[in-house]
Amino acid sequence: MKSWLTTTDHKRIGMLYFWTAFCFFLIGGLEALVIRAQLVKPDGGLGVSAETFNQMFTMHGTTMVFLALMPLSAAFFNFIIPLQIGARDVAFPRLNAFSYWVFLLGGLFLNFSFIAGPLFSAGRLSVAPDAGWFGYANLTSRQFSPGPNVDFWLLGLQILGIASLAAGFNFVVTILNMRAPGMRMLRLPPFTWMTLITQFLVITAFPVITVALVLLMFDRIFGTHFFVPQGGGDPILWQHLFWMFGHPEVYILILPAMGIVSEILPTFSKKPLFGYTVVVYSGVVIAFLGWSVWAHHMFSSGLGPIADSVFAGATMLIAIPTGVKIFNWIGTMWGGQLSFRPAMLFAIGFIAMFIIGGLSGVTHASAASDLQQTDTYYIVAHIHYVLFGGTMLGLFAGMYYWWPKMTGRILSETLGRWHFWLTLIGMNLAFFPMHFSGLLGMPRRIYTYSAQLGVTQFNQISTVGAFLIGVATLIFLFNLLRSLRRPADAPNNPWGGATLEWAIPSPPPVYNFTVIPTVTNRLPLWQTERHGPMAPLPEQPPKPIHVPGGSWWPMITAAGLPVMAIAALSRFLPLVFVGVAIVIVGIYRWAYEPFEM
Amino acid sequence: MRYDTQEHAAAVAHGHATTMGLDSRKMAFWAFIGSECLLFGSLISTYLIYKGRSLTGPYPHEILNIPFTSFSTFDLLMSSLAMVLALAAVQRGDMKQGKLWLLVTALLGMVFLGGQVWEFSHFYHEGLGLTTNLFGSTFYVLTGTHGAHVTVGVIWLLTLWVQALRGKLGPANAMTVEITGLYWHFVDVVWIIIFTVVYLIQ
Amino acid sequence: MAEHQAHATTGTYLRIAAILVMITLLEVGVFYVPAFQSVLVPVLLVLSAIKFALVVMFYMHLKFDNKFFSLLFGGPLLLGFLVVVSLLFLFYGGVRLRTGM
Repeated sequence: MKSWLTTTDHKRIGMLYFWTAFCFFLIGGLEALVIRAQLVKPDGGLGVSAETFNQMFTMHGTTMVFLALMPLSAAFFNFIIPLQIGARDVAFPRLNAFSYWVFLLGGLFLNFSFIAGPLFSAGRLSVAPDAGWFGYANLTSRQFSPGPNVDFWLLGLQILGIASLAAGFNFVVTILNMRAPGMRMLRLPPFTWMTLITQFLVITAFPVITVALVLLMFDRIFGTHFFVPQGGGDPILWQHLFWMFGHPEVYILILPAMGIVSEILPTFSKKPLFGYTVVVYSGVVIAFLGWSVWAHHMFSSGLGPIADSVFAGATMLIAIPTGVKIFNWIGTMWGGQLSFRPAMLFAIGFIAMFIIGGLSGVTHASAASDLQQTDTYYIVAHIHYVLFGGTMLGLFAGMYYWWPKMTGRILSETLGRWHFWLTLIGMNLAFFPMHFSGLLGMPRRIYTYSAQLGVTQFNQISTVGAFLIGVATLIFLFNLLRSLRRPADAPNNPWGGATLEWAIPSPPPVYNFTVIPTVTNRLPLWQTERHGPMAPLPEQPPKPIHVPGGSWWPMITAAGLPVMAIAALSRFLPLVFVGVAIVIVGIYRWAYEPFEM
Repeated sequence: MRYDTQEHAAAVAHGHATTMGLDSRKMAFWAFIGSECLLFGSLISTYLIYKGRSLTGPYPHEILNIPFTSFSTFDLLMSSLAMVLALAAVQRGDMKQGKLWLLVTALLGMVFLGGQVWEFSHFYHEGLGLTTNLFGSTFYVLTGTHGAHVTVGVIWLLTLWVQALRGKLGPANAMTVEITGLYWHFVDVVWIIIFTVVYLIQ
Repeated sequence: MAEHQAHATTGTYLRIAAILVMITLLEVGVFYVPAFQSVLVPVLLVLSAIKFALVVMFYMHLKFDNKFFSLLFGGPLLLGFLVVVSLLFLFYGGVRLRTGM
């Protein structure tokens, strides 16, 4: 127990990220099922109140984006990146532990709002955030959201932002500076490359949302008027700041999944990635463009024709590097010896579903048609095709692919196939009809609709699909848990992968590599026309390897942050000093404890 | 992030055993400073967008004190000079000079902070509170965020100074001092921009 | 890391400090001279950009240090600058349909 609380081992932190994020994924899924059960028939199927419904969709969006998809990607960053680049750990192991603890505490803080009502004499149990996952001003103002709900949201997101930023700096340095000899930048595995690009987006986009949240916090706690029109403030500024973060965030969510798929397709096609360099550079281009299109979320706010045209044009440009990647993935499979293991099925599913989501994305890149689609279920369909059909299928693919490396157990293929097909059918049943209900005029975020709208059947199909996804996810959970009851017997390289993580035992020893390998090409474990596989590493380290010990201080430092958040939440501001004191003591002890790399 | 064994710190400081031959902490810190550019960029944007949109006074030209702030700016520039002198001294192993300049840097930082406290309370008595108008809100949040950065810098510098007094800071830790310096100079350049954008361009 | 000390000496630091102080005096001077009012904003922006560049290049050693650090700092700096410029353009530059402000 102590060794897990104080761990600085990237592999253990990766597993902590995985299980924590998976629990939040299940919670976010339950919230989605409440939404779908309520919408199964006109005028409300479950009898959920408007207040509860608002909390459900707000927490569903917030949880899935910040507590499930990002940290599930982070689980793979942590576990896989040091192995892929031939390192013994990340550049700053204690900072890595700090990121995890901050993430965990931020997630718990957000979800604590579900039972915190009595503390605020709210008259109900749950005071969960209820203003939508992008918290538009001035709905979030004191006047329109007087309860603690929005405070939980803005404080929770500030805590989570610190976790992401710390991890961002850590992985930028790890990938650039901890590579094995010979691992040049254009020999990095594509997943590592996409992670590097993602981290640059994190460290540039998260400061912007931090500023927006701080300004909102000042509005709510101290009564400033940053987003309050009565005091001269402009709610549109919130939208700009939010989406300046929010659009890069979309690529923060999708690029890691693109990287995972770019690992899996070559392995199960027995062919190198088609156009590796182009895949890498198109990822860079996507990131650049991703920073220049934020206002396409705001066409309906009246930006004027010039801004509309520029942002619409830039948005459509993103289709080019994205399309390039899709053709590269198809080119990788073309003429390959395909084996349809679950990881490969999910990777192919990712491509197909992401194409659908990408195409509907192009339709609302046009400002004119977006005005018809904005705030309808059409948008809900789009985001779920890219974030569930895209990111989540990619992450599932990664779980089947790397689970043997992470735990030493291969997941059941039969259950994997059930999981895949039920998920694929379920998601298409759930999300495809939303295109129609949206175009017929069904707004998002309403807790009831009228039978006259003509969307009842579409909603019923969506609900059936959502519950199918739920069943599929339970099968997957069962598969995960069942695998852990078997002995760890996976070979080093069960799939015949080309990258360094497959050169070492499954699960890897604490020091990862007995000797740090010297890399001479991009596919070190493969026999190709130009080179043979690299020599196997010795089974035992030739000389003792120093492994850094654990530390309590990352966790203790992290604990100061929710204390500060509680101070702001309760408006009992002296408590801030307690939080600051914890952080300062933590940092000093951290900086001056004996901890050798 | 500081390594306790001095030999090890020296090895890392000289960039051995990293792929790019660059110190990992320094690289992380430059990435952090890059990230801070976006933080202050967003705050300055907010200030500029809300410029001239206050519904009530006091307005900037009625209240900003240019001679006083010019002195604060001069003070912070001199602290940057003291900081590079401290680093140069530590790097050549002259810990006597190193201690002196670290302390001077921290003291100049404290003078700046004292000036900011005086300025804020003076403005408050002139009728400009945090919530008085958009100018007050944007001004206090922007300069206050900068002041918080200066505060962290002063604590950091004093920590190094105490370490130096206890004989625990030597040329082997030059990288620690260099990183502290990067932070301190960045805080200075942010002030260079704030001085122009907030005070001089009214 | 010894290479950059060869370039930046105490003398350099003092000269840079003197230039910084002179530019600051110039800025304040320009602010008070009525004749400069029409070109005040561009002049002040250029002067502060020069100060910014001097501190970053000499005190933060970017002029002598590894070019990668310049990239790591310059990229986000440029992005931050573009954020300020494009937001100002979006709020005040183009034809806006919103009324009232």
